Amino acid sequence: MDEPAVIVAFWVLAVLTLGSALMVAVVRDLIHAVLFLILSFVGVAGLYITLSADFVAVVQVLIYAGAVSVLMLFAILLTPRSARDNAPVPYSAPLSALAGLIGAVIIFVAVQTDWAKAGDDGRFQTTASEIGRALLNPYVLPFEVASVLLVIAMVGAIVLVRPASEEEGA
Amino acid sequence: MIDLEHVLVVGALLFSIGLFVAVSRRNAVGVLMGIELMLNSVNLNLVGFARFVESPRPIDGQVFTVFVITVAAAEAAVALALAVAIYRYRQSIDVDRLNLLKW
Repeated sequence: MDEPAVIVAFWVLAVLTLGSALMVAVVRDLIHAVLFLILSFVGVAGLYITLSADFVAVVQVLIYAGAVSVLMLFAILLTPRSARDNAPVPYSAPLSALAGLIGAVIIFVAVQTDWAKAGDDGRFQTTASEIGRALLNPYVLPFEVASVLLVIAMVGAIVLVRPASEEEGA
Repeated sequence: MIDLEHVLVVGALLFSIGLFVAVSRRNAVGVLMGIELMLNSVNLNLVGFARFVESPRPIDGQVFTVFVITVAAAEAAVALALAVAIYRYRQSIDVDRLNLLKW
């Protein structure tokens, strides 16, 4: 992992991710904001690849850049008469100061803490098989709970958006 | 050389941008976009810890990331369904005007 190409790719992807995340906050049209959000998700997936997490990168592209952003676009298109603009609230200056302060505190703690770093380079060769084994051996119970949660969320979403005219109203 | 601190700084910047988006939007979908950015920054930190920190089972950070992505997908589905349902009643998903519970 010491090749210069990986380091260059990491910083280019970091700038891409942070820049498009900033554009989500700046741009006025909500559709454009979702498109910049997709770009930011793809940038994070690239960062995962430079951190040798290939399976997580593929999952990121599938679920965030694919499913969640399409869901957001559908929600925007299904609410046509609401405000399409992505304007912030009028008192956004103190909010940005607050967010910057919290970010500064996190950066300070992250830099000051003495992390117990491993010495080796290029940590993972293949991650998909190891993640699968970890999901089935120590993390079986959270895995099953996650599947139940997905079923509950799916049924709940269907019940929430069901037309109110069927029976007593959704 | 990429180091753990570099990943954490990128994650912290992404988190603060997401926090600003989440607290400053009027549209409910915009708030959800900020929340997704914050979850992404947390996932980035988890993958960074899995890559760089000494641990008996270093893959655990990536397993946590998979769980976080799963829960975030469920949360996004329910939140957007709520937005559509609220829109059906109020013709608006402006979170400043959702004050039904205020007396």
